[in-house]
Amino acid sequence: MAEWIFWLYIFFFAAFVGYLVISGVPPLLHTPLMSATNAISGISLVGSLVLAGGDYDLSSSLLGLVAVTCATINVVGGFLITDRMLKMFKKHHEPRS
Amino acid sequence: MTTSFTELAYLIAALLFVLGLHQLRAPESGRRGVLLAALAMAIAVAGTLLGRQLVRYDWIVAGVVVGSVIGITMAVVIPMAKMPERIALSHAFGGLAAALVGIAEYARHGDGLGAAKTAALGFEVLLGAVTFTGSLVAFGKLQGALAERPLNHRLQNGVNLALLAVALTAIAYLTVYSADPRVFYTMVGVAFLLGISLVVPIGGADMPVVISLLNSYAGLAAVATGFALSNTILIVCGALDGASGFFLSLVMSKAMNRSFTNILFGGFAGASAGGALAGSAAAPLPSGATIGDALTALTSARSVIVVPGYGMAAARCQHALRELAELLEQRGVTVKYAIHPVAGRMPGHMNVLLAEADVPYDRLYDIDAINEEFADTDVALVVGANDVVNPAAKHDPSSPIYGMPILDAELARTVIVLKRTMNPGFAKIENELFLRPNTMMLFGDANKTLTEMVRGLKESR
Repeated sequence: MAEWIFWLYIFFFAAFVGYLVISGVPPLLHTPLMSATNAISGISLVGSLVLAGGDYDLSSSLLGLVAVTCATINVVGGFLITDRMLKMFKKHHEPRS
Repeated sequence: MTTSFTELAYLIAALLFVLGLHQLRAPESGRRGVLLAALAMAIAVAGTLLGRQLVRYDWIVAGVVVGSVIGITMAVVIPMAKMPERIALSHAFGGLAAALVGIAEYARHGDGLGAAKTAALGFEVLLGAVTFTGSLVAFGKLQGALAERPLNHRLQNGVNLALLAVALTAIAYLTVYSADPRVFYTMVGVAFLLGISLVVPIGGADMPVVISLLNSYAGLAAVATGFALSNTILIVCGALDGASGFFLSLVMSKAMNRSFTNILFGGFAGASAGGALAGSAAAPLPSGATIGDALTALTSARSVIVVPGYGMAAARCQHALRELAELLEQRGVTVKYAIHPVAGRMPGHMNVLLAEADVPYDRLYDIDAINEEFADTDVALVVGANDVVNPAAKHDPSSPIYGMPILDAELARTVIVLKRTMNPGFAKIENELFLRPNTMMLFGDANKTLTEMVRGLKESR
């Protein structure tokens, strides 16, 4: 079996499961959802790491450096800000100090 | 051995990502979900660093340090009101990372990749580049640096389709014939242009859909990267991101009763919108009501429904609004909030702002959950919302927003509208609700108006 067929299987099943799981997120949390999946798509960090750590040539390393930086911004910033948002959602009035 | 170690790490990470997203179903479990997803990311990165044969770490460390500093700073400093801008920027970063990895991969291997990988690489760079420039334009529009109104010209659709056709033809050529660098870099340039040209004509009111679509593109770019690099976790995470963007785009376009193609290629009909305009344009401007009038209506009400819109974000008046609502509640008035899916500039924008102002989330209602209640409500308090309460959507087939589900604020006994000026919204659609006899218009900065109302209520106690 061609390798790319195998990748397509993974893609379709992941997309389907993702859609099912995500469609259960209420509109209340749509901004945190987008922020969280944005952080998750920072997984391109993995591809960037291989590029930046491969020691191929200077231009590859420089592109890798920029890619690692961009992806890290999304991963680190994305998870932190999603958490900051979710922390704000409270059910009842709490006494304010 | 090392490969199976990495693959095992990726498998665990993929499961944790899905579990984490599943926890986002409720605010209580949401933070645990984010923690799971962050753990998954750590496992995937660790699996890559330990399992793949990496030669040097200096570039990696530099990138991670710089990225972390920028990421943490952005996460801590950016106010909630600027969330759409931050999301647009991070889509841009994601797109750029994918495009750069693709370009570097091509530069290294060129012809030696084989057809399937070359095609994947082509789509990776195309989607990444479109996401990058498109998100930057969206960011510029949200920031106000670029004109937020739709910029339409007759050739717009033709230009976009032509650019897309050139890019796709280039990818097909690279895949089938030879990986000619000139063709590849032409495609890269065209892709960057296409992102700009796609988003420039789209108006501020359509931002929620555009941001969702760009989210989806960023995900698909990661998927294509996964295909190009034979990397399972990239495919899985890209698919999750793509699915979330796709889902949100569907929710948004349904909430506007518009198709994807209509949003991408239509734009709002702009100034040429229908004959209904001509009549109301000649009508006299409504005289502004006084804050006293509004307070009388609010304090004698039993039930109030607040309808927030982008104006609330622009005026940053959510804190004053919450204070007013609390004072009313102390007087025995029930206060609820009605949230339209496309209110604001991104999905869930209003909910986040109100949560930031300590409004309990069980007071926030979706359109379906609350629309029937307006008829039994004494006061609808419309704060900086316009199109989402425009009755023309229900009865005027010539209106550009005809058919869009709206919040039935018009059915409340009294409607109080806080609005900066009488100018129509970004969609340039007149709103007859503002001219109705049971509507009070309070013109001016909503934060100032609400603060004065709060002061008025405190003094009259």
